[in-house]
Amino acid sequence: MVRRFLYSLLLFHIYICIPQPTFAQQKETKSETKAQKVYHINNVVVHGIKTVKEVTPVQVLSGNELKKLSVHSVADAMRYFSGVQLKDFGGVGGLKTINVRSMGSHHVGVFYDGIQLGNAQNGIVDLGRFSLDNMEAVSMYNGQKSAIFQPAKDFASASAIYMVTRKPILDEDKDYNVNMSLKGGSFKTINPSILWEQRINENVSSSISAEYMYTSGEYKFKYAKINGYDTTQMRENGDVRSLRVEAALFGTINDGEWKAKAYYYDSERGYPGAVVREEPGKFKNQDRQWDKNFFAQGSFRKTISPAYRLLINGKYAYDYLHYLSDPRLDASTMYVNNKYQQQEGYVSAANLFTIFDWWSASLSTDFQLNTLDADLVNFVHPKRSTLLNAVATSIRFDKFKLQMSLLHTFVHDKIDNTLDNTTNRDEFTPTAVASYKPFDLVDLNFRAFYKRVFRMPTLNDLYYTFIGNKNLDPEYTNQYNIGLTYNKNFGNRWIENMEFQIDGYLNQVENKIIAMPTSNQFRWTMINLGYVEIHGVDVALRGNFRIREVGLNARISYTYQDAKDLTDPTSDYYGGQVPYIPWHSGSAILGFDYNNWSLNYSFIYTGERYETVANIKENYVQPWYTHDIALTKEVDFEKVSLRFTAEVNNILNQQYEVVQSYPMPGTNFKLKINILL
Amino acid sequence: MRKQNIHIIYLLFIMVLSLTTSCRKSEEGEDIITSTGTKVTDGIKAPEVKGFFLLNEGNMGSNKASIDYFDYETGIYTKNIYAERNPDVVKELGDVGNDIQIYNGKLYAVINCSNLIEVMDINTAKHIATISVPNCRYITFEGKYAYISSYAGPVSIDPNARLGYVAKIDLDTYKEVDQCLVGYQPEMMVVVDGMLYVANSGGYRVPNYDNTVSVINLSTFKEVKKIEVAVNLRNMVSDDNGNIYVASQGDYYGVPSATYIIDTKDHSVSGVLNPLPNSDMTICDGDIYLYGTPWSYTTGDYSVNYAVVDTKTQKVTTQNFITDGTDKKIKRPYGIAVNPETKEFFVTDATNYVTPGMVYCFNPDGTKKWEVRAGDIPAHIVFTYKKLQNI
Repeated sequence: MVRRFLYSLLLFHIYICIPQPTFAQQKETKSETKAQKVYHINNVVVHGIKTVKEVTPVQVLSGNELKKLSVHSVADAMRYFSGVQLKDFGGVGGLKTINVRSMGSHHVGVFYDGIQLGNAQNGIVDLGRFSLDNMEAVSMYNGQKSAIFQPAKDFASASAIYMVTRKPILDEDKDYNVNMSLKGGSFKTINPSILWEQRINENVSSSISAEYMYTSGEYKFKYAKINGYDTTQMRENGDVRSLRVEAALFGTINDGEWKAKAYYYDSERGYPGAVVREEPGKFKNQDRQWDKNFFAQGSFRKTISPAYRLLINGKYAYDYLHYLSDPRLDASTMYVNNKYQQQEGYVSAANLFTIFDWWSASLSTDFQLNTLDADLVNFVHPKRSTLLNAVATSIRFDKFKLQMSLLHTFVHDKIDNTLDNTTNRDEFTPTAVASYKPFDLVDLNFRAFYKRVFRMPTLNDLYYTFIGNKNLDPEYTNQYNIGLTYNKNFGNRWIENMEFQIDGYLNQVENKIIAMPTSNQFRWTMINLGYVEIHGVDVALRGNFRIREVGLNARISYTYQDAKDLTDPTSDYYGGQVPYIPWHSGSAILGFDYNNWSLNYSFIYTGERYETVANIKENYVQPWYTHDIALTKEVDFEKVSLRFTAEVNNILNQQYEVVQSYPMPGTNFKLKINILL
Repeated sequence: MRKQNIHIIYLLFIMVLSLTTSCRKSEEGEDIITSTGTKVTDGIKAPEVKGFFLLNEGNMGSNKASIDYFDYETGIYTKNIYAERNPDVVKELGDVGNDIQIYNGKLYAVINCSNLIEVMDINTAKHIATISVPNCRYITFEGKYAYISSYAGPVSIDPNARLGYVAKIDLDTYKEVDQCLVGYQPEMMVVVDGMLYVANSGGYRVPNYDNTVSVINLSTFKEVKKIEVAVNLRNMVSDDNGNIYVASQGDYYGVPSATYIIDTKDHSVSGVLNPLPNSDMTICDGDIYLYGTPWSYTTGDYSVNYAVVDTKTQKVTTQNFITDGTDKKIKRPYGIAVNPETKEFFVTDATNYVTPGMVYCFNPDGTKKWEVRAGDIPAHIVFTYKKLQNI
């Protein structure tokens, strides 16, 4: 017994673990059509169908597993991936961004139905705004997707998140699906939504999805010191009202497919602000923000000959942001009333050449235009043109796979008002990915990748009045990763299948762009001064079990990160752990199902960390961990199915912060009803 | 096979257990952050000046304003004394300390983003009261009143044109008894012959900075004049000859920082110490110690300069009062003070602003006496003639 215990402990501490199933992300593979056959009308994928083994590390949440999680948004779901740190300002409406393997949130590319969501202004996508309501799968790749038939942009970030919305899946004898849902719960949240899928003809189907959400964002939080103060206050001005409408058309043609989508999001929200010392209730934060986001995108894919395939993508996006800080409402604030408008145009063509069965090559070219307009003093109205070219090749043998790609990025910025008003940047960055499967009969794969890529300084970094520094250089990342995946189908009564995935990595961030105050702390500027080195291990373990009628889906992830700031060797804090990066973090999901009942338990742990690179007691942050439970019951009638869900989140009512001075909610509840026609 | 299954379930269990046991110390609350004492020099028998309080600003939103204390008798620098002495004050000292002063046995710390002034006992650094002033900046005293500059005047039709004001606080009740509107975003103040002079920056109205010093008659508490000086005024000191020295921060582009002299007899600008960028200054026995860290968005760079100005001759006596090369170690000078008794002087260094800064103590001849790590953005020093108890 003792020996077994020690062995288990050893296993845990050397982190042997697991690969994720590869789902419908591999759209270009033949298995897509197979995968679709296991879809039920109401329950999307139960377990993914194995496609080609991924060569780069990937983690996926999809189908029922995603549905059963007690989460509000894509951001919340991302917390279950190893290597991910969520920066969460609290509440339903707070900004939520993710940082993958400590390289910073600017290095994460976020793709919505295959096309990147851009934000040239500040380079950050708020994942808290993306609901899981119509989401089919969320996946995260380190490095890049291990497919070479993709737009050049897919090669262009250090890690990538793919959000894939639900595609109509219609039975032969039924031309429509309707899924209505109503969610409500703590923080006065009300969230109705509808998804309507309709077959138009044999080759074309459509989908319309709409969702409204209101939350007061009010919750109690507590700050207490041992033998000191103990205060419970109410989080206020965190209300959000949002409306999302999406419409999409999906078509198939001979040896190909196309899709077109329009997306609109409109929101108003309050900013509750940092919780700092104050005279209680005297000056309440009243800052507000309004957003409107629209995009239309289309995609076309065709196999023109056995040797040549073509993928064309295009997009137009318009983003509007209005921020108001009004001293008439809060005497302590200064007046800020700014409006920002961004536009983006994007076209891409990707070509895949299959030279032999075992050898293919691709060439992708993307062009993007971004403009930013703002009513700031001395604003320079930047326009950015980006041209991306990627050449890639893939070699596949039974035991050995190799992919190599080279990305060329050309960026041209133009601004108003100065003599020296254009900037050009020209960069080449490579990636190499390899995997090796030593045994024919054992599904064990070793893999490795190297990737060097950069992020451009954002338009704010460069040109924001009074802060921007137009002499900034790009910020580079180098990633070195080795890992293994192991998969076993047991096919016995207890264990159906188990998967392990483990990766160790070294990341370097060079020329890190950081904000630095100038002559006083109210005047900041951006500079390239920073070097960060991250050593880490990501582990994921996953299994499907069944004991008589009870099924169990389990997944566990663990992350170790040693992220050192090596910017200034003369500093006393040289080598300090990067702010907010815990050394240890992890998550677990256990999903039980029994007949029409299912019970989902999820757990998240974030270990101790520091608020700044000075790892001293004043900056220490306690670990936090939350336990969430969701119970679902399905009732099927002849033409209607009903699904009821009750969730309790943060059961132990833990009081914690993810970001300094932004308290998170304690125990909260949610009820949900789905009506499926 | 069966054995293996049990084994795997066991492994899962152990993993979950391992995570849950790396726990928080207590769900009751966090530990109070205690002070840290460092012996930096030999203790001396201090006849008058017993020590000093140093206010660390802390970054905005971090709620990390803190107070350090240096004690001459023991030579010990004690970091972060407020929290442990005031465990019942919710969220400690507050967010962004901007000024610290001593008056009639009490210690006053202006906490800008907490919109309050913390009043403490000078002997114990224990909380006595708070004075509520939105967006408060600096404090000065005369008679039984405190005068506090604030950005947050009444909002006019154009919310961009919002004047600042000076709050008059009765020190018996700690309540505001009067207000006087001044210019845009008022900063430091000095009192000379019953008149209060207020430097107006207009820092929120870029590029339309304010360029005036408001003159308030303290007997009527009305603004009697605005003296036009230069853009973006902040720091002020007065000498014994009826002159006020006021520092313009420039516009961070073409207009450089400079120090102007105001003659209080006729309220005229009588001179300028040019070129002498001035980010902060202090006066001691007729000598002004100043440093400049002029930042330029045009060049994207800043330089550092130090100088001593003799107010009798209005001439620069030295361009570098640090004589042993320590100035090369100081990255971002952020505060300056001179011990009126020993003439030792102190320069604080905000380093990179996001990690704890440094305090350097220099002998009067400009050689370094000691250095110590302070809190985040050490900035404001006030000397005390009463030793802090229980240190």
